Amino acid sequence: MSEIAREAETFLPLPPATFHILIALADDDRHGYAVIQDVAERTGGALKLSAGTLYRSIQRMLEQGLIVEPRERPAAHEDDERRRYYRITPLGTAVAKAEARRLTQLVKLARAAGFAPGRA
Amino acid sequence: MRGYRLLLRLYPASFRHEYGDEMSAIFARRLRDASNPLARTVLWVETIAEVMPNAALVHGDVLAQDLHYVARTLRRTPGFAITAVLIVALGIGATTAAFSVTDFVLIRPLPLPDPDRLVKLWERTPGYPTMELSAPNYRDWKAAAKSFASMGVYRSYAVTMISAGEPRRFSGTAISADLLPTLGVAPLIGRGFTADDDRDGAAGTVIVSYQWWQIEFGGDPNIVGRSVIFGETPYTVIGVMPRQFNFPSSDALFWTTNRFGEPDYQPSERTNNYLYAVGRLRDGVTLQQARAEIDVVATQSMQQYPKENKDTGAVLLLLRDEVSPRARLMLLALSGAAACVLLIACANLANLLLARALGRRRELAVRAAMGAGRERLIRQLMTESLLLALVGGALGIAIAVVSVPLLTRLVPTTLPIASAPSVDMRVLLVAAVLTIVTGIAFGLAPVLRAGASPDLDGLREGARSGGGQKERLRSALVLAEIVASVALLACAGLLIRALLTVQAIDPGFKAEGVLTMRTELPMPAYGKVATREAYYARVLGEIRATPGVISAGFVSFLPMGSMRGGIWPVVVPGDAEAASDTRRASNVAAIRYVTPGYVEAMAIPLKRGRDISAADNRDRPFVAVVSESFVRRYWPGADPIGRHFTFAFADREVVGVVADVRFRGLERENEPQVYLSSMQVADDSIQFYSPKELAVRTTAPPATLAPTIRAIIRQADPKLPITRVQTLSDMVDLETASRSVQVRVLSAFALTAFVLAAIGIHGLLSFAVSQRTQEIGVRMALGAQSSDILSMVLRRSAALAVAGVIPGVALAYAAGRSMEALLAGITPADTVTLAAAVGLSVLMTVIGSLAPTVRALRVDPISALRTE
Repeated sequence: MSEIAREAETFLPLPPATFHILIALADDDRHGYAVIQDVAERTGGALKLSAGTLYRSIQRMLEQGLIVEPRERPAAHEDDERRRYYRITPLGTAVAKAEARRLTQLVKLARAAGFAPGRA
Repeated sequence: MRGYRLLLRLYPASFRHEYGDEMSAIFARRLRDASNPLARTVLWVETIAEVMPNAALVHGDVLAQDLHYVARTLRRTPGFAITAVLIVALGIGATTAAFSVTDFVLIRPLPLPDPDRLVKLWERTPGYPTMELSAPNYRDWKAAAKSFASMGVYRSYAVTMISAGEPRRFSGTAISADLLPTLGVAPLIGRGFTADDDRDGAAGTVIVSYQWWQIEFGGDPNIVGRSVIFGETPYTVIGVMPRQFNFPSSDALFWTTNRFGEPDYQPSERTNNYLYAVGRLRDGVTLQQARAEIDVVATQSMQQYPKENKDTGAVLLLLRDEVSPRARLMLLALSGAAACVLLIACANLANLLLARALGRRRELAVRAAMGAGRERLIRQLMTESLLLALVGGALGIAIAVVSVPLLTRLVPTTLPIASAPSVDMRVLLVAAVLTIVTGIAFGLAPVLRAGASPDLDGLREGARSGGGQKERLRSALVLAEIVASVALLACAGLLIRALLTVQAIDPGFKAEGVLTMRTELPMPAYGKVATREAYYARVLGEIRATPGVISAGFVSFLPMGSMRGGIWPVVVPGDAEAASDTRRASNVAAIRYVTPGYVEAMAIPLKRGRDISAADNRDRPFVAVVSESFVRRYWPGADPIGRHFTFAFADREVVGVVADVRFRGLERENEPQVYLSSMQVADDSIQFYSPKELAVRTTAPPATLAPTIRAIIRQADPKLPITRVQTLSDMVDLETASRSVQVRVLSAFALTAFVLAAIGIHGLLSFAVSQRTQEIGVRMALGAQSSDILSMVLRRSAALAVAGVIPGVALAYAAGRSMEALLAGITPADTVTLAAAVGLSVLMTVIGSLAPTVRALRVDPISALRTE
């Protein structure tokens, strides 16, 4: 196991809000409101992050080094001057992957026990 | 939107500054998206419900972060952390313990209903400012006085009971039926006494204390109606008092009735003073009014019985004030010392935090420059101060809880309160708040100042920290510590001197190597002289035959024991004054019946003539051995041997003179003493004074002989209860026990103050030296000698010492004056003590300045200058 993967393990299990934010930032830098929208979209409106939960998570994730505020801004036409953008770090990616692996394992176990749909 | 901004105020400022705008923008957008008023209302409700718990969580995050940070910084400076915690703990612990006891004894209302209306009534005769009442006077005065809603009397009353197969003595109180209603307390179970229980010849009834009920009767729920045998007489238990009822003191195990009859009210009984009277003032009557009335009543009584009641007045005191002035003064002195320690602790904590903050100025400036908001810095410092205060406070509570029981000796046994005080929560709270406020105030001072002028001075290389103003503040704090510690050291010194003085008082006998015990002689079984003599002869004969015993004898009451009174009027032929006024302290003497061997066992020096001997029986002329003060009073300068006086219903011839014994106690006035032969008394007469206390002088350690002597007495009469088995030395030591406790406590306080002040001096000088490192370097580079540097540092510490010692000594003198009554004649200006206190504080200054001085001498000019 690489150094970074080992460090990622120490973050598990991940709070759901943190996991969702990491997923929202997976392919693109986003500002806070965009994260909320992205999460809502992906979950079909089931999860609507509140501003408080979002920024409390963001503050934590910044401290933990899972995300950063990038210096360079997106292309001018996309940029919203007033917004602060966030970007996932390699550690953040590793943590998200580790959490995904953990959840997959869990689902496998649940299936084996007959708790979940799909192939046993 | 303003509403949302307001809601955001719930978040920590740092969080709000960072994300407040973003959050407002998101909320504004959602508000725009909400199509109708209902949706907007829902959004508001949702938001409010969400912000509150979330804000709390963010606060928690910040706290966790700060604690983490604080723990890390404190681990890096363990010396600071430990010192701060100890200072807080000592301050809170010492203060709480001392004030808890003081509050318990002097301030808290008595655990009785309307305690301010309860008064105690005494007689007053020349030489005796408060004297117990006689039964006839009590009856007359009670009937005449209208100021009282009710009044009752009590006297101490001990009984022998077979308990666990052994005869044992139990101490209780005999009371009048109206005493419990006067006090306003009813039994927990069962009933109180009625007038029928208190009649002459009534059947014995007893109410037991909650404690005795639990211990002796196993908390038997059916105790009411149960019969107990006191001596040979059956008594019926009619009730149990509540647990908090400790009247007249916590020693009382039971209450029975006086059952007085007409013989108790005979005129001759008017000079037999043994009753304590408690009254409850009638509503609307003030203590002054009641005093005025009782004075009139006593005057009338004096006119009615000019002989028996000659010069007899009445004294009315609040029950609450049944604390001797000395006990009161001791507690006040203790509280004063505790207050000093708390102030020193606070001053020291302030100093420590100021020094640390100045030392951390650079760190704070760096962090501020890196964008940490002022609020975050304040929060962090506050977390640190609070953490130190809380840990110190917890330790302080532990100190208080452990030390309060050590102070129970200072609780007088004359009050109807429990014998052991508990830690007082209110006192604890005040001490804790004071310390925490100090911690926060001085912990925050630097950052508040830094925030006021956001300059980057702190970042500049070689910046001098601390302005002149702060330096002065710190010097003032250290000065206050020195003043307080000098005062405390001097007061402790004075009390130590006083203790030594009292311990050096000659009790009139040799206490070492004597075993004592008491064997109650039950009456009427031992009413006849011949019965008692047979018992004394057998017991003393066997004891004297025991290896290791030098001598042994019985006496009515041992000196400094449970019974310290016992006086009788003296009538000397030709002394008109003595004959006419038998109530004066100058016309009475302590009466003690003794067996041969008592004076020898106690090693009371025989000055003239002979001791009481076995030949002094009832067929021979009645004799007396008197003390030197007796001779001085009645036959000054003359040979007393062969002279006669009337005492205890008989003419007595003086056959010997012995040294005076301090039977009432080391620090009390003592009347002259008269020793009579145990055989020279009528049968069934003066039984109260029949010899029953035993003194055995041994060559072996006295305590080792106790089992043998117990067995001898047991064999002589298995029904006799043996109590108060102790060495005479222990009895004498008890005399100074409360003094010793106080000296120890005050010395502990003084030592604490000493150490704290030394720490304060050390801190101040270390700081001053570190401030002047460059200056010292420059001076050395320019050729200054070590001695110059030395004198530079020491001048400062000498100035501190001088400036602190002078007001300290003045304060010590003032404190000494106010507790002069405790000093046993030592003057508050005692040179030895004051010199010692000054010497110690100079030593303290030297110790405190040692490390900084060495540091100053080690300054390397090159490296000191390089930083410039």
